[in-house]
Amino acid sequence: MYIIIAGGGKVGYYLAKTLLHDEHEVLIIEKDKRKCDIISAELGGIVMRGDATDSIVMEEAGMSRADLAIAVTGDDEDNLMICQMAKKKFGIKRTISRINNPKNEHIFRLLGIDHTVSVTDLILAQIEREIPAHSLVHLLTLREAGVSFVEAQVPEQSPVIGKPLRALGVPGDCVIPLVIRNGKGIVPHGETVLLGGDEVVAVTTIEDESFLERLLGAK
Amino acid sequence: MKVIIVGCGRLGAHLARRLDHEGHDVTVIDRTSESFSRLGNDFQGKMVLGTGIDEDILRRAGIEGADAFIAVSNGDNTNAMAAEIAKLVFQVPRVVARLYDPVREDTYHTLGLMETVCPTIMGSNKIHDLVSGNGKAR
Repeated sequence: MYIIIAGGGKVGYYLAKTLLHDEHEVLIIEKDKRKCDIISAELGGIVMRGDATDSIVMEEAGMSRADLAIAVTGDDEDNLMICQMAKKKFGIKRTISRINNPKNEHIFRLLGIDHTVSVTDLILAQIEREIPAHSLVHLLTLREAGVSFVEAQVPEQSPVIGKPLRALGVPGDCVIPLVIRNGKGIVPHGETVLLGGDEVVAVTTIEDESFLERLLGAK
Repeated sequence: MKVIIVGCGRLGAHLARRLDHEGHDVTVIDRTSESFSRLGNDFQGKMVLGTGIDEDILRRAGIEGADAFIAVSNGDNTNAMAAEIAKLVFQVPRVVARLYDPVREDTYHTLGLMETVCPTIMGSNKIHDLVSGNGKAR
C-alpha cells in the first residue's frame, strides 16, 4: 500500500518505521526542517518537507494515488483539513486521524472522517482499567452499531454472587461471553455461578450498560 | 441579529465594530486577550477568550441561537473547522469562512456547507483589473 503520513513527530515517526517494516510504501509530510533531517537520516528518503494541509504539497506527495492517508499532527484542525482534502479533493477512500480534544471525535464523524484515534481517550481508558473506581471498563465501543464491549469486576458483596447466570435477568441485548477467574478464562453458560472478584466481559447495547452496572453491584 | 465572530485580527475586529455600531448582538472569540484591544472602548459586544474550534467555548459565546457565524482567524484550517462545527453541530443558519488558499476555498465552497471568502483571489482580481487598465475592479 502507498501510505501518506501527515506529521513527522513521534507518532508519525514510529508509525512510518513500523509500516516500512511491513513493506508498505510510506511518505511523511513534515513542516519542520529539523524533524525532516532526523527522519531522513534514520529512515531514508521517505520524508517531504512542507505543509501537509496545503493542496499543492498534497499533490506533489502523490495524494491521488495513495491508498491511505493518516493525519497525526498535534492540531485537530490541521488533521481534519488533511483528511477532508484527501477525501474530497483527491478521492482517498480511507483516512485515519489523530484527535487531541476527545470532544472532536463526534465532529469528525459528522464530517465523514470515520477512523479516529484519540490519545486522550486512550489514556483515560487506561486510567479506568487501572483505577477500580469506575467499575465498568470500556474495552471497545462500536458507536455506529450502538454496541460496546465492557468489563466489570464482581464486588465481594455483589447480589449476583452465588446465583446462576440465567437467574440474573440479564437484558436480551446483552451477552456475557467470558468470565475471568483467578487469571483464567471461562466461557460461561446459564448455570455458571459468579464469584466475588470475577472479571466479567460483556457485549451490550450502549443503552443497557447502566443496567449491567447496577446488576453487578458495581458502582 | 446575533453574530459570532472567530478571530479578532484586523478583519474580525473591523467587522465586529461595524456590526456592533449597526446595533447587532456581537460576540468575538480570540485566543489572545490583547487582540480585543482592537475593538476599542465603545464596543458593546461580548468577548470570549479561547479557540473557535472548541464546542465548550462556542457554547460560552452563545452559539446556540446565533443567526450568523463568521470565521476569520488567521488560520484557514481553524476557520474551516470552526465553520463546519457551527453548521453541522449548532445549525447556525448563515456561516461564512475566510480561506486564504484558493484551492481550499474551492473545495469547501463545493462542499456547500458554508459561504467562503478568498481574499487572495479577490485581491488578485482587483489588482489585475487595476493594472490591466480595464478599470472595472470587481
